[in-house]
Amino acid sequence: MSTAAPATRVDLEYTGSERLTMNMGPQHPSAHGVFRAILTLEGEQVVGIDTVIGYLHRCHEKLAETLTYAQYPSIASKTDYVAAMTSEFAYVRAAETIGKIEVPKRGQYLRVLAAELQRVASHLLWLGTWCLDMGGALGGGATIFLYCIRERELILDLFESLVGARLLYGFYQVGGVRYDLPPLWADTCRRTVDLIDQRIGEYERMLEDNPFFLARTQGVGVVSRELAQEVGISGPLVRGSGVAYDLRRTEPYSSYEDFDFRVPVEPGGDCFARYRVRMVEFRESLRIVRQVLDGLPEGPISSRPGLKSVAQVRIPKGEAYARVEGARGEVGCYLVADGSAKPYRMKWRGASFSNLAILPHVIPGHKVADVVAIMGSVDPVFGEVDR
Amino acid sequence: MEWLTPLVAPFIVLNAIIGIVTYVTLLERKFAARMQSRVGPYRVGPHGLLQPIADAIKLMMKEDVVPTAVDRPVYNLAPIVFLVPCMLIFATIPFAPGLGVADLNIGILFFLAVSAMEIVGLFMAGWGSNNKYALLSAMRAVNQVISYDLPFIFSALVPVLLAGSLRLSDIAAAQAGLWFVFYPVVGQLAFIAFIVSTVAAENRAPFDILEAESELVAGFRVEYSGMKFAIIQLAEYAHVVGASFLGALLFLGAWAGPGPEWLGPGWFLLKAMFVFLLVTWVRWSFVRIRVDQILALSWKVLLPATLVLLIAAAIVVVWRGTPGV
Repeated sequence: MSTAAPATRVDLEYTGSERLTMNMGPQHPSAHGVFRAILTLEGEQVVGIDTVIGYLHRCHEKLAETLTYAQYPSIASKTDYVAAMTSEFAYVRAAETIGKIEVPKRGQYLRVLAAELQRVASHLLWLGTWCLDMGGALGGGATIFLYCIRERELILDLFESLVGARLLYGFYQVGGVRYDLPPLWADTCRRTVDLIDQRIGEYERMLEDNPFFLARTQGVGVVSRELAQEVGISGPLVRGSGVAYDLRRTEPYSSYEDFDFRVPVEPGGDCFARYRVRMVEFRESLRIVRQVLDGLPEGPISSRPGLKSVAQVRIPKGEAYARVEGARGEVGCYLVADGSAKPYRMKWRGASFSNLAILPHVIPGHKVADVVAIMGSVDPVFGEVDR
Repeated sequence: MEWLTPLVAPFIVLNAIIGIVTYVTLLERKFAARMQSRVGPYRVGPHGLLQPIADAIKLMMKEDVVPTAVDRPVYNLAPIVFLVPCMLIFATIPFAPGLGVADLNIGILFFLAVSAMEIVGLFMAGWGSNNKYALLSAMRAVNQVISYDLPFIFSALVPVLLAGSLRLSDIAAAQAGLWFVFYPVVGQLAFIAFIVSTVAAENRAPFDILEAESELVAGFRVEYSGMKFAIIQLAEYAHVVGASFLGALLFLGAWAGPGPEWLGPGWFLLKAMFVFLLVTWVRWSFVRIRVDQILALSWKVLLPATLVLLIAAAIVVVWRGTPGV
């Protein structure tokens, strides 16, 4: 698909110097996957960008029609493989909304726990890769990247002891979650959370006291409040443009109303504002994790019996749209059920896909080096864009 | 020690330099690994000591891929044109009193002039590759190297003024009492300016916009492989090592150090490695800055600053009366 609308070409007082068309991607060190940007350059200045997506299309929506409600959550992980818990969450919530299935309190809390740990892991990867884009694999960016990966590993270790998998989980199931906390898991989790909290302070000092980092991010890729709302971006991007919009707060789900947390909003709209929003979100997510561990109620983890066959879950006829606040923004799942064990139709609303739409509005007028900084601050995951 | 014969000396120096440059890569990798809480190369030989040799052998065995669309003479010649000035800079460096290839009376001028010539090879590589990334990188290189050679030269001229000689061995000898880096105010500022402009003139992160693998993939060397790639790498590291030796000579007193006189070259190497690690430390802690910001930093900050510094050094020398410490 190409968004070659005339609006993406911006004529910046064409001075007659020779234009150069350069391909960035689909195989490119900073493409965050398989993204192709056809840049029109005038010297170092980008005057036009055509974006091409679809290189990672895997027929996820068709696939969902062929898999049962018990099977698909594990596959839903593969849409956004960096924050795999989120898409599982949206899918099971859609199924539960149609079937009017209640989730026990403990199950809800465990869902929040996994979702928030996942947000921290995803933001860690974002910070690392973003700095890698700006700083180079053979420079200071690699240093931050390796620090972030070190902390992300700790969270993946937690997931491994909880679910048995490190990247694609299948933790959520219709009616609740699949596994309860193993013994001593909560203590390990608390230690990890404290450690990460401290390390995030170190990153903040390393980056914000660094004039080069500020020079690369402040005032770069400004998304105004109006543009943000018009294009329909969500998550940290829209909050970085001064819009206080967080689904966990505006329409609380899965007991989010029980927890005390702050929704960070930065009015700047530039890469630095988006960075600040995510840095605060780190802390708030860690706070929620602590609150979950403190207030975890006793009881069953699922309102449905344990799985004995894949076709065990049947959802009555109906349709529903459920959305959750993922690490990258609003992840929505539209589900049409026909009373069988498989959905009739399923549609994803990927946060990265909608967020990516901001690029043609922002990038023209910037330098080539800013393209990767802006791209990184959008934090796209192409598994979720192309599905 | 007497001057070595004109044929033997370059041979020894060239091979020693290649040896040092090869092992400097290991030093940098180990240093960077420690900064990033890693171990670094560890498998080849004890503590990865044979890693540079393994790397060299690997690069020699690689197929030399030449894309069909390249401008062949320019493309093939570029690595050599790049390497020669980077090796020539060692010609005037005295490694101990009287131990060097040629102790020219305009030694530092020769060093600065030759090291500015590397841009020719760099641009040839970028142009001859017939690749858009390489071309952009070559354009950036010309911009950057020209902008940073001026502050580089100005900051290197401060010790020249203080010592009152362009001959490198005289500059080193002038620091027998007080290393120029400890010279009040002027010395420290000049050293800082020297380090910054060295990093930039060597195109190392955070000023590595011509390599910029997240934007331009690998810049001017994107189409090079095998031994040609190795030669480009060798040249870059030789330049870095050469500039580190110059820094140690201009500011850190060259071969001055405790112990007997024959330890002099050892001290010199140690100080050069200190300068190298300083540059490496900068490299692995900053994100890359943008091309327009790099140029602004050079023309608006570094160039006036070094010029003022040079004038200040001149005033100090005039006020003190006699050149030399």
